[in-house]
Parts: sequence; structure tokens; C-alpha cells
Amino acid sequence: MSKQAVAASPQVQEAEMRLPWLVRARPYLIILPALLLLIGILYPFVMGVYYSFTAFNFKVPNSQFEFVGLRNYVRMFTDEDFLYATYITLAYAIISTGVELILGLVVAMLLNRDSRVAKILTPTLIFPMIIAPVIGTLVWKMMMQPSVGILNPILNFFGLPSLQWAAVPETALFSVVLVDIWMFTPFAAMMILAGLRSFPNAPFEAARVDGASFWFTFRNLTLPMLTPFIIIIIVFRFMDSLKMFDIIFAMTEGGPGNTLMTYQLTAYRTSIQFQRMAAGLPYAILLYVIIYIVSMYLIKAWGRAQRRAAGY
Amino acid sequence: MHTEKSQGRFASALSDVFLILYFIFALFPLVWMILVSLKSGPELFTTQFIFTPTIENYQAILFGDPRAAAGVVARQEFPRNFMNSLIASSGAVLISLIVGVPAAYALARYKFRGKEDLAFTFLSFRFAPELVVIIPLSVIYRQLGLYDTYFGIMWVYQLVTLPLLIWVLRSYFEDISPDIEHAAMIDGYSWWHVFFKILMPLVRPGLAAAALLAFIFAWNNFMFPLVLGGSNVQTVTVASLGYISSAQGFFNRMAAASVLASLPQIILALSIQRYLIRGLSFGAVKG
Repeated sequence: MSKQAVAASPQVQEAEMRLPWLVRARPYLIILPALLLLIGILYPFVMGVYYSFTAFNFKVPNSQFEFVGLRNYVRMFTDEDFLYATYITLAYAIISTGVELILGLVVAMLLNRDSRVAKILTPTLIFPMIIAPVIGTLVWKMMMQPSVGILNPILNFFGLPSLQWAAVPETALFSVVLVDIWMFTPFAAMMILAGLRSFPNAPFEAARVDGASFWFTFRNLTLPMLTPFIIIIIVFRFMDSLKMFDIIFAMTEGGPGNTLMTYQLTAYRTSIQFQRMAAGLPYAILLYVIIYIVSMYLIKAWGRAQRRAAGY
Repeated sequence: MHTEKSQGRFASALSDVFLILYFIFALFPLVWMILVSLKSGPELFTTQFIFTPTIENYQAILFGDPRAAAGVVARQEFPRNFMNSLIASSGAVLISLIVGVPAAYALARYKFRGKEDLAFTFLSFRFAPELVVIIPLSVIYRQLGLYDTYFGIMWVYQLVTLPLLIWVLRSYFEDISPDIEHAAMIDGYSWWHVFFKILMPLVRPGLAAAALLAFIFAWNNFMFPLVLGGSNVQTVTVASLGYISSAQGFFNRMAAASVLASLPQIILALSIQRYLIRGLSFGAVKG
């Protein structure tokens, strides 16, 4: 992503202009294996878009050749659960990304101090996000379980009532978002911490000598310099939580009822579980379009923020 | 960004308290997982922290449960699932290395038409919703006979491992001045010699870290083997779902399986700590 180091030195390029074609073709030749693999991934993608315009159903032979135009898309947009699926997809992504960003920022700033506690704890930051999301979720599911679970006894210990967690619609979203926050706040904290540690000391020294308050320094120095790092966190976390599958599937498979049926879960259930291949694809493709547009915007914003941060 | 004296010891202590609270939240589930994995059946329902630990759950998972009654699922498949995860993830990383190292080099060094578009296409594998590719692949794999095969899983794992390797390695190649290559070429060394004898040793630590991180992400993947694999290639992530649904009384077995299935990642992650930031951010943050 960094542009500054991309260009080869002019001498190398000039030398290559005069070289035989085999040498000039070298970049294409050495990238060829990757291109072949790329085709193996892009082919199913193209087929997926094609299938979404057919009546393809695993149970009906030759249905993949029955062209139905935009019918699957019209059905998706007019489905009574479509608005709810949109809401739950966005709610999951926005809440989890937002909380992870803020909590990660606080944790990173607290870790970036001269403190023995911080030094001891920092290496363990990675643990929740490096184990498989499915397994992390199952551990939480065990903790939320009514008979062997530990969370309700803890709540009761503090005088709070027991919760039914992911088993009831009222707290299902809260339960999966909680697992997401547990799992990926470390990602945000690690990125912010890397950012804080890369800052030059001088501007902060100057602010301190001038007697600037913590808030003034934070708003006028720390936050602007952190912007590229914050955007990277949003790119990764927002995109990943828009398409989150593992946590929701391991926790409730989208239930109870349709409480947690996001676009991803709806596409999986319709296309794979119900074998109505073509009917589920529009959800995945719509999600693809949303992610494509948002990521293009965010990557541009990242480039701008990096240039601005470099020019302070 | 150092603690200021004026902030005082009270603020510092308060910060430590908050940190400890956060880390209790972050680490408690893992500690609890280990505790439960060491509990025997009857102790499972007591939610006590003090008990006589037992390794019988680990024995049952690894070598079969001698006391399993008929109809109760004994977790003897775990070693096989573990091997499946190992084979599929290592194979995927190997393919990505063979294909991705040259690609990363070309994307870092040469200027050619469509270069940035190509780089972003590889990156888009990572961010696109997997189902757009996986749903049609489930049809194509059945036609080609790749459904429920190791190669089929390794191939689709490229969606996870290849963009990571290409982007992280590209950033490492970009850190090396092209003048080094230029100087070696002037000294008469062939391109192959320069690449393997001069460049590769320079990027090797980063390369190893990126490969290990790619291995972890492939290992952790759940959706691909769920949709494109059957019983032949069932990985620990897919199998773990069966542990919790099979029997209520087997939570301790499940916890033991989870501990064993998580150990490789924890050990690998600790061993590549210095390189984690750059790897996790696909080269965007050079921690």
C-alpha cells in the first residue's frame, strides 16, 4: 500500500530498456503462476454472478440453464425479512467496530505507559484473536450455558439477574457482539499501540513544556496522527464484521428464529442448507457490492490521512 | 507520550486497575477453557475453581474413551481432525509461497501495466464475502471431483493465505533498496543468484512470519471446510461444532479439544511477535 518505495531506481529501469525481451517480460513471467491461480478464483466468482440470474436449484436437474433475469434480486428486495437482514448486518458491524475502536484506543493508550502491569500484559494481547473464531465462540457459548456456564453465577455474585444470552431474541445480538468485541478489540489495540510507538517525541515534549492539557494534546496531536491507523482498523474490522459468519453460526446458526440472520447467514442458509443455490446468491453479491464501495472509499481516505500525517 | 509526573500516582494506579479489568475480560474465557478441560464429569456442574485436576479428558480425546457407553460419541476423531487441519493448512501455505513470493517481488520491484489493479484484486480476496466464491465452488467442486478432498480445501484456502503473503512480502521487498540488486548485477551475478542468494536471506524473517501467520489463518478458517469438505477432510474447526451439540455432559471433552486445537496458534503467534503488526495489517502498518 505504501507508494514511496514502489519505484525502482532510474538506473535499473534504464538498463532494462536495452535488455532482450525475455528480461523485459520477466515481471509478467514471474507473476504468471499467481495469475493462473487468480483465474481459478475468479472463474467461480463469475459463475456465481451468472447463477444468480438463473433458477439454479440443487434439487432440480439442469435448472442452472434456466435464465430468469432479475427474479432472484427482485425476490430478495421484496422479501419481508430483507429490511431486517439489512438492519442486523449493519447493526452488528457498526456496534462491534465502534466499540472495538474506542476500547482498543483506551487499552492501547493505557498500555503505552511506563508501567510494569502494562509490560507484563502486552504480549498476551494477541491471544483472543489468534485462536479460531469458532472455538473462541464455543468457549463463550459454554460460559453462557445455563447448567455449566460461569457467566450467570458471576452476574448473580454481583447481585445482577441471570441472562438467557443468545437463547432469546432480546439479548442474542448483544451476546454475539460481545464475543466479537472480546475477539477483535486486541486487533484495534495492537494497531493503535504500533501507531503510538511510531510517533516522534518532539511534538509531545513541546506540548508538555507549553503546559498543554491532556485533552488538548490528545485532540490536536495524538488523534490526527493516529488517523491512518484508525482507518486501517475500520477497514479490517468493518469489512470483516459486515460478513461475519463464524461467530454467529457457532453461537446460534442465525437464530433464535431469524434474530441474527445477516446477509451472510441468509445466503448460507438459502444456498447451501436449503440448496436453493440461485436464491441465496443475491445476498452474497449485494454484500460484495457494499463491501467493494465502502473499502474503495476507506482506502482513498487512508491514502489522504497518510499523506496528511506525513506532512505535519 | 510518557506518564507525566503531574498526573500523579493515583491516575497511574487507576490506569493499571482498568488495564487489569480489561485483561480479565480478555483472558478469563481462555483460563476457564483450560480449567474446564481439567475437570472430571461430576465436577463440571459445580462451577468451582478449586477441584482435583484430571487429564482424563485429554486421554479420551487423543486415545479414545474406554468408559464410553454405547451411543455416546467418543471423541476419537480428534487426532484425525487435527491432522486434516495440519495437512490442509500447510499445503495451502506451501502453494501460496510458491506462487506468492515471485508475485510479491514483481509487484514490489517492476512497473508494468495494471500492476496496482492486480495487487488490489489479490487483496480483494481477503475482503470479499467468501460465499460469493464458495457457493458456486460447491457446484464446480462436485463436477470436478474436488469436493471433500485435501487439494480442494488447499485451493480455496488461497483466498486466505495468498493475499496475506503477497501484501506482507511486497512490503518487505519494498524495504530493500533496489540498489543492492543493481550493484550485484553490475558485479556480474545472474538474476537468479541475486534473487535467491541476496534478496531471500534479507526477507527471510519476514517471510517466515508471514507464512506462519497465513498458516494460523488457514487453520482457523471455518466456512471453507464446512461448505466444501465432508468427513474425509473435516478440520478441527468444523469438528468442534459437533463436540458441543453431541452431548451436554461432554463440555469438558470439548474444552480439552479446544485447548489442543488452540495451542499451535498461541505458540506460533508468540514466536513471531515482532512481525505480527505488519502481518495482521497486510503490510500497511510497519510495527
